[in-house]
Amino acid sequence: MSTLIAIVGIGIFCLLAEIMNLRKIIIPVTIVSLMALFGLTLTGNLPEIKGYESMIVMDSYGKIFSCLFILLTALLVLQSAPSYVKGTKVSDFISIKVFMLSGAVAMVTFTNMAMFFLGIEVLSIGLYVLAGSDRLNIKSNEAGMKYFLMGSFASGILLFGIAMLYGATGAFDVATLQEASISASTEYWFYIGVILITIGMLFKVAATPMHFWAPDVYEGSPTQVTAMMSTLAKVTAMASFFKLITILNSQMLYSYTEVIIVVTIATMLFGNIMALRQKKIKRVLAYSGVSHTGFMLLTLLNINEAQNNLLFYATSYAIAGLAAFSVVLFVIKNEDNDQIDNFNGLAKKSPLMAFIMTIALLSMAGIPILAGFFAKFFLLSQIITSGFIGLAIVAIINSMIAVFYYFKVIVAMYTKEAEYEKEYANHSEYYIVGIVAAILLLVIGLFPDALMNLL
Amino acid sequence: MNILETVGINNYIMLSALLFCIGAFGLLYRRNAIIMFMSIEIMLNAVNLLLVAFSSYHEDPSGQVFVFFTMAVAAAEVAVGLAILVSVFRNIGNIDIDNLKNLKG
Repeated sequence: MSTLIAIVGIGIFCLLAEIMNLRKIIIPVTIVSLMALFGLTLTGNLPEIKGYESMIVMDSYGKIFSCLFILLTALLVLQSAPSYVKGTKVSDFISIKVFMLSGAVAMVTFTNMAMFFLGIEVLSIGLYVLAGSDRLNIKSNEAGMKYFLMGSFASGILLFGIAMLYGATGAFDVATLQEASISASTEYWFYIGVILITIGMLFKVAATPMHFWAPDVYEGSPTQVTAMMSTLAKVTAMASFFKLITILNSQMLYSYTEVIIVVTIATMLFGNIMALRQKKIKRVLAYSGVSHTGFMLLTLLNINEAQNNLLFYATSYAIAGLAAFSVVLFVIKNEDNDQIDNFNGLAKKSPLMAFIMTIALLSMAGIPILAGFFAKFFLLSQIITSGFIGLAIVAIINSMIAVFYYFKVIVAMYTKEAEYEKEYANHSEYYIVGIVAAILLLVIGLFPDALMNLL
Repeated sequence: MNILETVGINNYIMLSALLFCIGAFGLLYRRNAIIMFMSIEIMLNAVNLLLVAFSSYHEDPSGQVFVFFTMAVAAAEVAVGLAILVSVFRNIGNIDIDNLKNLKG
């Protein structure tokens, strides 16, 4: 609870700083206080605040994932700093991002469905605003509109599911719901609720039958917002989905497992195959995000043991995404043109950025010694031990397909020549975030146990 | 006499499911953005009706409290949606969703 209050405090500080003409210190203070909060939450030094009907409880799952979200937000705020041209109200953007973080934390620490619903709505409404934030650009408007319509449709379905759960049990409390999920005398409304919540969450994580909004929204939004969607929002939705399934469906029925398997295979295949024929880097990253969602959904098949696998996969995916998006922001100075051709000859102009991009993409592809390799390795070995050998083979084939489109970018950077002199957005923030993310990927790859043993 | 006993909880569920479907199909078939927003509101209000009915059925007030959360969230959501709609209108001059076709791959 104290983490959540502290985050909201930071958000309110951003808004007040704008009034008091302290615009210059907003970004540094936010980053420093978020990092301090990261340290305090990770070491458990924050005073525990009781009360509030204990609707928020920081268990170890919630604590570790909150730390991940806080770290990601701090890096994302730093990464977005150069995007605020003169005249924009910096405090609006930063405070929306910080409030979104509070939603994200609520989504993994809830013990009451009301908190879960408020968390997911705070996160999504913040993202609708940010997606449409470039208001003179018709593409950004369209992205915001599409995201808004799809997102509120999904929220409606989710909410109907919550109402059904309430109808079956008479409580929003997680403990009561968990009891009802294993009792034999639960009314059938409960299962309707579980199905509706699953559908709503599949929308939010962009799994295949409901992924169609993702590429459009990612392409149209301002790039710094796309970075936020593909890292923070996706990881949050996935962690929250995992927690919901542990509550509602811990003894998974075979028919439910089958649905998850079909969705997983479809998500991985569709994401990868569509990514192969994309020419725009943001769409490639969007579809690769869809296929990574498929991998993360595999953790739902071992719901009781897979927390640390999910944490590892989510961390390595989100950090690789951060590194990749810093390079994308660096290369695509002009928002209208995000073709992969823009990367031609990057290795000669800025070897460091090309190297960071290579590390990020290789990690996403799952090449050894980087974090992504161990993420896939741990995940697949668990899947094989629990007997889903066919699924593991499909996943391996998919990570081979993924190498093709990741290498398309790498080849463009290292072997092709730029046709014309291109100007890059030369900001130190992109370098800092890229370097930090690349180092994190290497460190996690070298010491995977440290992250695996956190949960 | 309790009205819920006369009508029956099943009928309430049917009614809200029906309202929810009206909202969902409205969102899928109508192309005017304002009507789509209204459809979203119908979906959320169908859920509110369901929550209130269940709250009365279980004789438990937490469902009615949840309705306040839903209403607040729905208001925030539509406020954001209308803001986006205004910027769309300023850029293209109408609010037909079919005109938003710039993002393709």
